[in-house]
Amino acid sequence: MSKIHKAFSNGKAFIGFLTAGDPSAECTVDYVLAMAEAGADLIEIGIPFSDPTAEGAVIQEANVRALKAGMTVNGVFDIVRQVREKSQVPLVFLTYLNPVFHYGYEAFLERCRELGVDGLIIPDLPYEEKEELAPLAKDYGVDVISMIAPTSCQRIKQIASEAKGFIYVVSSMGVTGVRAEIETDIGSMVKVIREVTDTPAAIGFGISTPAQAKEMAAAADGAIVGSAIVKIIARYQDQAREPLMEYVREMKAAVRETE
Amino acid sequence: MSKGRFGIHGGQYISETLMNELIRLEEAYEYYKNDAEFNQELNDLFREYANRPSLLYYAGNMTKDLGGAKVYLKREDLNHTGAHKINNVLGQALLAKRMGKTRLIAETGAGQHGVATATAAALMGMECEVFMGKEDTDRQALNVYRMELLGAKVHPVTTGTQTLKDAVNETMREWSCRVEDTHYVLGSVMGPHPFPTIVRDFQSVISREAREQILEKEGKLPAAVFACVGGGSNAMGMFYHFIPDEGVRLIGCEAAGRGVNTKETAATIATGSLGIFHGMKSYFCQDENGQIAPVYSISAGLDYPGIGPEHAYLHDIGRAEYVPVTDDEAVDAFEYLARTEGIICAIESAHAVAYAKKVIPQMEPSESVIICLSGRGDKDVAAIARYRGRDIHE
Repeated sequence: MSKIHKAFSNGKAFIGFLTAGDPSAECTVDYVLAMAEAGADLIEIGIPFSDPTAEGAVIQEANVRALKAGMTVNGVFDIVRQVREKSQVPLVFLTYLNPVFHYGYEAFLERCRELGVDGLIIPDLPYEEKEELAPLAKDYGVDVISMIAPTSCQRIKQIASEAKGFIYVVSSMGVTGVRAEIETDIGSMVKVIREVTDTPAAIGFGISTPAQAKEMAAAADGAIVGSAIVKIIARYQDQAREPLMEYVREMKAAVRETE
Repeated sequence: MSKGRFGIHGGQYISETLMNELIRLEEAYEYYKNDAEFNQELNDLFREYANRPSLLYYAGNMTKDLGGAKVYLKREDLNHTGAHKINNVLGQALLAKRMGKTRLIAETGAGQHGVATATAAALMGMECEVFMGKEDTDRQALNVYRMELLGAKVHPVTTGTQTLKDAVNETMREWSCRVEDTHYVLGSVMGPHPFPTIVRDFQSVISREAREQILEKEGKLPAAVFACVGGGSNAMGMFYHFIPDEGVRLIGCEAAGRGVNTKETAATIATGSLGIFHGMKSYFCQDENGQIAPVYSISAGLDYPGIGPEHAYLHDIGRAEYVPVTDDEAVDAFEYLARTEGIICAIESAHAVAYAKKVIPQMEPSESVIICLSGRGDKDVAAIARYRGRDIHE
């Protein structure tokens, strides 16, 4: 069993995302550790990509800043190495397929195993193409996380039954970003998932307030927050540790309230 | 191996949000491509609205001047809206209408595909929004206004390099927000399956006509066909029905920009490597970290860092040749064709003319070649003047 399960074993999970190298590698190391200290159960580290087609403006801009500051795939691995010197918090990468493909699947997975990266979220690797990476990832003990969207409908069971680690339930149409309201019927999506698997399901896209986190966590096993965290980092830059910790504590408390 | 493969290339590397829509699109296409009524309607539109079949013109002056093979020009520039793009757009718009869609969205580089999509939307009473890199809205201002005249809304894209690649990103993002009533009219033989196949099929009318026309005029097949390649839709259309004719050389002309030894190039086969982007496995211009490269060409329509997966496959098996052509060579060819044949072609098409000009003198007068003139050059006149140091007001 991968370490991802641990993230869901203490009740509802709060999952935080940040973009590696925004504003610097040192900050990313510090902010990952800060989020873990503040109670984040799992942390998604975004490997910056030139063309993040599933991201809204906030995370797109973080990608641009990180790449401009010189972040590379090896640079991200080095961030993980430094985090692992101090923390065993479950970690996954969020990345697009091309940087992984270009690095070489086996070399990339080998580094993940070595450093303790527990899973990969790859928005442009749908169920139809997962053979590209999933069998190899299994050999290296890295979970390729499946995504389920509001449009998935009859595909939900097929995807969920083969899911590893956790299931990333996309709350809304479109791209990542803060939303005032989430209108999708998450409850019925999770119900279909539950018919075929016990693999935990966490909801992401659009969540920024404690009220939303509470509502989403109540409907599933956890809530994922990206853009709201990236916004804090964009605002406070290298001074974001305290505001980040405060935000994560508040969100974690909201998620736990549902129990 | 998943669906929509050309050798190792192609596939469906796209977000889960769009997967069901791609499956629906594939099912609709598989049904309607064999539907007599659908094909009748499309062929009527081709003939009565788009001015097909396009002419195969014997370029006598060019033939005489170059002193080699006989030169024929496939005149896609004479189509309604001025380029081959209308072939694909009419097909996809008709298909979208059958699927119950009421809104079309599209990316555009030079603006030709955007204009064609806006045209089809106006004709069929559909809403239309076009995404175009900010840099391209500046260098192709005339086409922006044409789209607006046709009732479309044009969104300048300010992310990334502000060119075609970023326009594709933004159109994909928009589609993933709203698929229910919206069809994404992808403009080239690229993207996730089924787009490379759908676009190729609708564009293959070019070679279906050209093959018949050349056999009628020459009594034999041409020695070579030439087409410019960005994503590769006019080239795929020009090559397709000649692929089984092994004696016919298929030559795709890529935009080398300021040269394949500079960073300012868009020649994917010459400078790119295997990658996965925009829904497909194919060749891409990218850096040592797998970041997609900011490419450059004088031609907004060829200024794209990838190539369609079927071209990548034709390259792998050696059936087609892909050659780089620089800005300078393309501009020279643009002016040459204007002076020699009285035809102002698109700067994109001028890339094919430029390479053909080099090869034709070495060929026999008993042979013939076809150059695909994918579009007309009105849109480029101001930019070419600037390139030559003359500032004219559009």
